[in-house]
Amino acid sequence: MSDEQEVITAIKAPVFLKYNFTAGKAATRFLAQIKKGVLTGQRCPKCAAVFVPPRGSCAACGVATEEEVVLADKATVQSFTIVSIPIPNNPIQPPYIIANLVPDGANVSFIHLMSECVNEDIHIGQRVQAVWKPQAEWDYAMANIRYFKPIDEPDVPVDRIGKLPVTGLEG
Amino acid sequence: MKKIAIVAYQQSDSVSDAGAVNEVELIMPVLQRTFAQVGLNNAQDVDFVCSGSCDYLQGAAFAFVAGVDALGAVPPIKESHVEMDAAWALYESILKIRMGHADSALIYGFSKSSPGELPIVLSQQLDPYYLAPLWIDSVSLAALQARLMLDAGLITERDMAEVVSRSRRNARSNPHAQLSGDISPEDILAGEMYLSPLRKADCCPVSDGASAMIIATVEQAQEWGVPYVIISGIDHCIETHNLGMRDLTDSVSTRTAAKRAGIDAGKVDVAELYAPFSHQEIILTRALGLGKETSVNPSGGVLAGNLMMASGLSRIGEVFNRIVSGAARRGIAHATSGPCLQHNLVTVLERAEKA
Repeated sequence: MSDEQEVITAIKAPVFLKYNFTAGKAATRFLAQIKKGVLTGQRCPKCAAVFVPPRGSCAACGVATEEEVVLADKATVQSFTIVSIPIPNNPIQPPYIIANLVPDGANVSFIHLMSECVNEDIHIGQRVQAVWKPQAEWDYAMANIRYFKPIDEPDVPVDRIGKLPVTGLEG
Repeated sequence: MKKIAIVAYQQSDSVSDAGAVNEVELIMPVLQRTFAQVGLNNAQDVDFVCSGSCDYLQGAAFAFVAGVDALGAVPPIKESHVEMDAAWALYESILKIRMGHADSALIYGFSKSSPGELPIVLSQQLDPYYLAPLWIDSVSLAALQARLMLDAGLITERDMAEVVSRSRRNARSNPHAQLSGDISPEDILAGEMYLSPLRKADCCPVSDGASAMIIATVEQAQEWGVPYVIISGIDHCIETHNLGMRDLTDSVSTRTAAKRAGIDAGKVDVAELYAPFSHQEIILTRALGLGKETSVNPSGGVLAGNLMMASGLSRIGEVFNRIVSGAARRGIAHATSGPCLQHNLVTVLERAEKA
């Protein structure tokens, strides 16, 4: 009898849960600033490291970060990868670049896209600047920056990446 | 075997909506106070860290990993997590110390239940084939249990109302409580039905908050020079998730865990029980054989504020506080998980005898 039974390989049990999600105090401050076209980080009161985007704490010291620091929209390439396969739901066509970028004035990198560049020429230490969407389209989103593009500035030595002041390499 | 002691415990206020704070912002103030209680700086100063939380509550994937940002985890620390109440994180930490892999541990639990619909979210912890697809919420299941008890004559609605009345009264002296005050059993019984036979007052509130604890070997506790309380026993037992196979009017797993944790070795001055519904406090009190000599839920228990994934740890912390203050010599703390008291953990705490 049991031999004749159909083998069940799956059942459908869709899950739908509704949440009123909040970003948190630190992210709320960051998003409010980026809506105005300003990149901000938060400084650790103990080790002085500037985190971007801020989470409300220094992950190294485990203390709250309160001081808001305005950052430049110029950054340095800390690392990168050339993506050669299409990503589902991503309108950007490969090949394109995902990079770890440290904005001037910050000590940790965030991840963003790079364009207006020869992919094969991208290298660690390269100087880049944000290309913003038109101001009318700014929202509470990292995507206000469309991508970063290379700029004509000298490379940053590896040991200085993540240590530049907000005024940049020459500052 | 090394004796293990609790040296610090802190809890946030229990609030219905913590607002726009992320998990780091929720946890960090409690951790800071916990470290300060022992004179430590951050998680670098303990050998092991274990947390309890559930990402489903706030609907944020890997929220428990994000929470590590509150610890000071540079250079890297030994860290673990249970997708359960932090009372089980304490259990894991005790095993870690007993195995000789650590002499101290930080345990914390956090809950941001307000973003979701908690009773519905909890339906997804049920058996995935038969029960979860029916979306049976945790309050409805507790109501089934209460109905069984009332029908069998094991309790009356008045008994349930008296549990609530005492919880609210006790909670007046608990600065972290969400619900407290003077409300008579008569007033509670005059309230309208919510999910019969439960009235809203029979059910714990939905709360946001966090709690944290530091434990250590007695040698380490003495070196730190802070008051400490001995964990003389801890055990947990689970029952089948087939609710139809369980006797829902009793808690066999609580009784078994309590015996194995050594509840019978002395008088129980205080008991903090994780009873999210009024009738469940009666089930637990009976399963544990507690009598008049035991003060039950002097903090108000979770009917006064329920930090899902932290309330079990908080029960242990409340007993710790009472033994440290001298109000009690010996006590037990109970934690629960799953529908209708499915999984239960019992901890026995005792005052440290002067060496």
